[in-house]
Amino acid sequence: MSRSKDEIAAAIAADIPAGSYVNLGIGQPTLVADHLTPGSGVVLHTENGMLNMGPAAHGDEIDPDLTNAGKIPVTELPGAAYFHHADSFAMMRGGHLDVCVLGAFQVSSGGDLANWHTGEPDAIPAVGGAMDLAIGARRVFVMMTLLARDGTPKLVPECTYPLTGLGCVDRVYTDLATFEVGPTARAAGGVRVLATYGTGVADLRELLAVPLVDATAAPADGG
Amino acid sequence: MSATTFAGDTAYDDALADVADGATVLVGGFGMAGMPVELIEALIRQGAGDLTVVSNNAGNGDTGLAALLAAGRVRKVVCSFPRQKDSWVFDGLYREGRVELEVVPQGTLAERMRAAGAGIGAFFCPTGAGTLLGEGKETREIDGRLHVLEHPIRGDLALVKASVADELGNVVYRRTARNFGPVMATAAETVVVQVDRVVPVGGLDPEAVVTPSIYVDRVVVA
Repeated sequence: MSRSKDEIAAAIAADIPAGSYVNLGIGQPTLVADHLTPGSGVVLHTENGMLNMGPAAHGDEIDPDLTNAGKIPVTELPGAAYFHHADSFAMMRGGHLDVCVLGAFQVSSGGDLANWHTGEPDAIPAVGGAMDLAIGARRVFVMMTLLARDGTPKLVPECTYPLTGLGCVDRVYTDLATFEVGPTARAAGGVRVLATYGTGVADLRELLAVPLVDATAAPADGG
Repeated sequence: MSATTFAGDTAYDDALADVADGATVLVGGFGMAGMPVELIEALIRQGAGDLTVVSNNAGNGDTGLAALLAAGRVRKVVCSFPRQKDSWVFDGLYREGRVELEVVPQGTLAERMRAAGAGIGAFFCPTGAGTLLGEGKETREIDGRLHVLEHPIRGDLALVKASVADELGNVVYRRTARNFGPVMATAAETVVVQVDRVVPVGGLDPEAVVTPSIYVDRVVVA
């Protein structure tokens, strides 16, 4: 059985070390927040200027001056801190953010990320904070389906969509498997398959045009 | 020089009476949080055109920046994220070729203004290296990583929304409405801050001031 979005989010949450400072990208990655346990001590960063962001705001809690990067009203947790945009992005580029979780159009075996622009002529390019997060966070996790709607793989030898960052992705969590990518994995023989869900490594080799190393028997390293 | 306070019915218009055609205007806000809507409305009434607007987004709905764009006053937008579900005004103008767009990664946008305010001539930044947005920029490998050379963005005018100012021009913000305000306040020739409340000198905790008065030229409260 392949994994649901919620199951992927739960797997990512389980791999985030306790006490980490984490940014969850707009869209599906926000689901990860639902699976972080209160005792984990994980502090959420939102690039519009806040640490210790709380869950979405409802009813009387809604304050137009308190939103997340997706411009959705959120709440603040005890220990929250506010700061301006230059500080917020210095936290990323300066290597202070432990993990970010992003969506993707494509990830290459070398860890290149494409998630900001389809490259279509009539598309209006909009990058937001994606490039800063991709190169800034110490570890970058991607959450995506392994196949696009047309059935083509999104884990590829080289990205064909415009790049967001070079060699920046560490792990790719998909409905069918979890992968370790990046220059180190590629130098060691290929993308490491850390876990599979309903589709074996042999089938993944049929599906993907990248060399795979079966690491499903290796003990989990807890992220 | 300490800030001038503008109050009363015509405060916003009085504070923006001298904006010139062709000005570069830094506009605070992230979506509507921290968007200086009343100052933008006054800028529309004032009539300056051929503007370059630097802001995170390119307008939401039909108010604020979207209204300035709709009024045909903007020649160029420099922003990180123009395309949103409610950015129909910008989308239309862009597709008709009636507004130029420079897309800048969000952190680079903030840092380019920070550099302008801090007197930094240019800086090497890893964001965007090896991508479309790094094309044509001087690229250098530093500590094994590619960096692109980025230049400051300086404004003729900054329009900032904050929460409280004192009569000297010290400013505090509220929650995530702070966003680009403190950086833009350092980076423009004339800095205009709209606030909900002005307190006498001594009325703000000095430890809590976010934008010190040295950066602020005009405080508007209405």
